[in-house]
Amino acid sequence: MSHQETYRPQAPGSQPAYAHPPYGSTHKRAPKQPLVRLDATASERSGPSFLPSRYPPLTDLSRVNERDAMGQRIVVSGKVTDEEGRPVRGTMIELWQANAAGRYHHARDDHDAPLDPNFRGMGRVFTDDEGRYRFMSIKPGAYPWKNHFNAWRPNHIHFSLFGPGYASRLITQMYFPGDPLFPLDPIFNSIPDAAARARLISSFDIETTVPEYALGHRFDLVLRGLHATPFEGGG
Amino acid sequence: MPGASAQQTIGPFWHVLEEDDWADLTRFGADGPKLILRGRITDGAGAPVTDACVEIWQTSPAPAEDFPGWGRCATDGNGHYQMVTFLPGQAAHVSVMIHARGLLKPLMTRAYFEHHPMLEHDAVLRAVDPARRATLMAKPPPPLGEVWGGGENPDPGGEDVLQFDIRLQGENETVFFEI
Repeated sequence: MSHQETYRPQAPGSQPAYAHPPYGSTHKRAPKQPLVRLDATASERSGPSFLPSRYPPLTDLSRVNERDAMGQRIVVSGKVTDEEGRPVRGTMIELWQANAAGRYHHARDDHDAPLDPNFRGMGRVFTDDEGRYRFMSIKPGAYPWKNHFNAWRPNHIHFSLFGPGYASRLITQMYFPGDPLFPLDPIFNSIPDAAARARLISSFDIETTVPEYALGHRFDLVLRGLHATPFEGGG
Repeated sequence: MPGASAQQTIGPFWHVLEEDDWADLTRFGADGPKLILRGRITDGAGAPVTDACVEIWQTSPAPAEDFPGWGRCATDGNGHYQMVTFLPGQAAHVSVMIHARGLLKPLMTRAYFEHHPMLEHDAVLRAVDPARRATLMAKPPPPLGEVWGGGENPDPGGEDVLQFDIRLQGENETVFFEI
């Protein structure tokens, strides 16, 4: 009997399936063949590392060239842990979002809402030794999309995280509490398990609210981690 | 303890993050035999996927101060992507991850190299249905003059250019892995 670091299987319903008919863009992009199960090799038990010296942090999305973006200022903070609650230290988090009017700083976003010259909507932060992160921004607006008639995305901020190994990679969206668009959004509802959906909704937090400045929102994330698993043989 | 947070699609506007030089894994000055890995991503209708985010990861040569082992690029208007990196030494593959609008979670595949000495011993490849293994092989690009996936022809390339096309769905659908 020997031990090897590997990933635990994901709980049923905790992740979206590739094919999700209410989300039209999955129709021609979701694979039809079953995925091939891969036992993590050295390629998956390791993963890229990012240092702030090479990937400079950008922790305040609410300002460009010392000028304030329009919108409700927010401060978002939280903790990144693995499935056993161990902090994920020094991991890079990339952030992007629409402006307060619901428009991205992106050539292909043709939503007829104003652009904000003082908002680019891109950030990059690193977790500290306790797995904590924090950034300033403005609350993104909801925006229409063409998935179905009168479709609107709930307010959200995109998160991209790397974590300790290749299979820890997480790209997700942080939502805001009480959004009336939740029951209508096929992307949010692609996650079968209601508790797993609820974990993507940030909570308002008076403790981290900055007096006279910005509303606090807490958003914790859990990444797949590597765990020692006994296995027979070893050949 | 709760499981991992749920994935959500990267969406069509992830380019806000994009940094062009991240597609060049040789940019920090490491030396070695270069590899240009490129290809075209198509969907179930054979149409180019023009808004994908492609990421590669390789553990060989070993990531170091001057070699990140990881890179990212966007597909262009013809569905093409291109990375500049080093040929793997010990490993017979480079890991490839795809994020895109319409993908609610990342797709993971591997680009394998024909004639690599470790290829026939590769346990991951051997677990794949032999009829589908060809979808995992990076190949020399077709000669200049052949239409390379529509649109303009790319540079003819040298022997360090390998092509790894990815079909998300349908005929010759690429093998994707789950971990």
